[in-house]
Amino acid sequence: MSNKPLTLAEKVWRDHLVVKGEDGSPDLLYIDLHLVHEVTSPQAFDGLRQAGRPVRRLDLTIATEDHNTPTLDIDKPIADVTSRTQIEALRKNAAEFGVRIHSLGDANQGIVHVVGPQLGLTQPGMTVVCGDSHTSTHGAFGSLAMGIGTSEVEHVLATQTLPLKPFKTMAINVEGTLRPGVTAKDIILAVIAKIGTGGGQGYVLEYRGSAIRALSMEGRMTICNMSIEAGARAGMVAPDETTYKFVQGRPHAPEGADWDAAVAYWKTLPTDEGAVFDAEVNIDANTLDPFVTWGTNPGQGVSLLDSVPDPASFTDPNERQAAESALKYMDLKAGTPMRDIKVNTVFVGSCTNGRIEDLRAAANIIQGRTKAKDVTMLVVPGSAKVRLQAEAEGLDQIFKDFGAEWRFAGCSMCLGMNPDQLAPGERAASTSNRNFEGRQGKGSRTHLVSPVVAAATAVRGTLSSPADLEPLEPLTTGIATLGNN
Amino acid sequence: MEKFEVFTGTAVPLRRSNVDTDQIIPAVYLKRITKTGYDDALFAAWRGEPDFILNQEPYKAGQVLIAGPDFGTGSSREHAVWALRDYGFKAVFSSKFADIFRGNSGKQGLLSGVITDADTEKLWQAIEAQPGIGATVDLVAKTVSVGSLTVNFEIDDYTRWRLLEGLDDIGLTLQNEQAIADFEAKRPSFKPQTLPAKGV
Ligand code: SF4
Repeated sequence: MSNKPLTLAEKVWRDHLVVKGEDGSPDLLYIDLHLVHEVTSPQAFDGLRQAGRPVRRLDLTIATEDHNTPTLDIDKPIADVTSRTQIEALRKNAAEFGVRIHSLGDANQGIVHVVGPQLGLTQPGMTVVCGDSHTSTHGAFGSLAMGIGTSEVEHVLATQTLPLKPFKTMAINVEGTLRPGVTAKDIILAVIAKIGTGGGQGYVLEYRGSAIRALSMEGRMTICNMSIEAGARAGMVAPDETTYKFVQGRPHAPEGADWDAAVAYWKTLPTDEGAVFDAEVNIDANTLDPFVTWGTNPGQGVSLLDSVPDPASFTDPNERQAAESALKYMDLKAGTPMRDIKVNTVFVGSCTNGRIEDLRAAANIIQGRTKAKDVTMLVVPGSAKVRLQAEAEGLDQIFKDFGAEWRFAGCSMCLGMNPDQLAPGERAASTSNRNFEGRQGKGSRTHLVSPVVAAATAVRGTLSSPADLEPLEPLTTGIATLGNN
Repeated sequence: MEKFEVFTGTAVPLRRSNVDTDQIIPAVYLKRITKTGYDDALFAAWRGEPDFILNQEPYKAGQVLIAGPDFGTGSSREHAVWALRDYGFKAVFSSKFADIFRGNSGKQGLLSGVITDADTEKLWQAIEAQPGIGATVDLVAKTVSVGSLTVNFEIDDYTRWRLLEGLDDIGLTLQNEQAIADFEAKRPSFKPQTLPAKGV
């Protein structure tokens, strides 16, 4: 092995190389963890069945139901036929092949990207795949985590490997200290607005710098989750004490001598001094505001203190055109202050911001306040465990007292495969990751925001930051002291 | 995947050009959750027309399709190949294929061979002279024959090798079985496993 300084991504790649590809053919990489859900797996299992192949490593595979699951009446049969068929197919396949599954009603059911870390199955230095683009979430632990297609799902089930071409590396340096009310979500929205939705294409991003180190694991997951929205194949954060602390003690974390060996290995992973990235981007955390999108792709975002941009201000003709059609779809006028935009619905949830810390942050803002009359607020925990924990902390009561709907876990309104959808023309402030046309229901309009902006928006009825709220009497519960990432 | 060397089956002359994947299998069938059982979906829009070729008795058992130019264009759906395969087709010939369709077909064991426009016409005429006649596809010699007519077809060496060996993507990877097993033997014990399940 040469002594060339390597980046984190290169080390993880090196440590999973089964066969080095020759003459431009891909490398064969070993996969440490394969997460499975109901949407992209049925044909993969069917392919195995047809070829008479077993799942090679049941002990590195786990399934959960998330995209189609209802968030109300979860004890009743699922009404939508396509949803029910997909979920039933997953249950049947899991039983037939012997795959561990967490079904609706089980304490570990939930969004696949929340469940993996929660069980301690996501750890530093791993390769993690799932038939879902937001698999990048798991990169927060210093794993190489990638979304794959259905035929690749079958490939991994059968071989526990994947042929992959090496990618380029990009450092995203975020230095400084976030101001109050500015969170991980705002960092990543600012990154995407800066490099564009295609800016990360062909790259694995590594988020670095003091502002990233200061983030909790939840915040790092929020950032890595949306790497895909910058077009990147994956996003990563080097493991450190924060990472170890998060992993330690979880059900599948290493124990005893294994723990020591694991930590010793994890410590070798961070990018070496002198390692060269193919590209670098710098973001100043000190000057970031809460960020919010105005358009129909995640790169169309501005500071919440700004206004809807004028399409004429874009020099690139494609961007100008995209802005024009986005404003038309979003029914927005250039020059409107973002904080004047009224919303119908506030959605707190998804694999971007549906973890316990996100719910705490939102609850912290709304506690003791009243919801804007004509706003519906939907709070959907990322997993059944998150829901249980939130209830144990009394967060559910805060949401209910405020007038929000407290739901069961799943993807929910992030993509509206279940009944949680916006009506045509309705506008949401959403903590999810995609503001595409029709993403949250046909004709729906989405503004991507952080949990604290979502909460403040529910109070005022227009896009708002916590700083816009009237000061309250000091809080008396423990919630106020919890971090807001 | 079965090895493909020499195969003989009922030949079907499809005198249409620009048959896109939406015509091969309409989008409504994409909601299914299986990778097989798409035989009823093949050319679904045309199957209602009595004079469509596959509705005619000698051609119903078709296994070798001779189509016009630009076959398999349009959306990248793998279902197009599944539908042809499930119906019973083992090989498709055209003077021009969409690249994605060709890539997908090679992976699923459906041979797609390129023949000239002139040979397409000759094959059509030979088949129509004797409806129900078999075509013999020889992948070793890269020829397709109907009666006394034999024409050459083109296929890239890599796909040909895969078909001859009967290797799909997974089969190819599993040729590295020893390397995979060696890698697994060296994996550190601290790496997490989903089984036995903990935390439930
Ligand atoms: S929460 Fe949304 S982005 Fe995340 S896995 Fe579910 S549908 Fe995909």
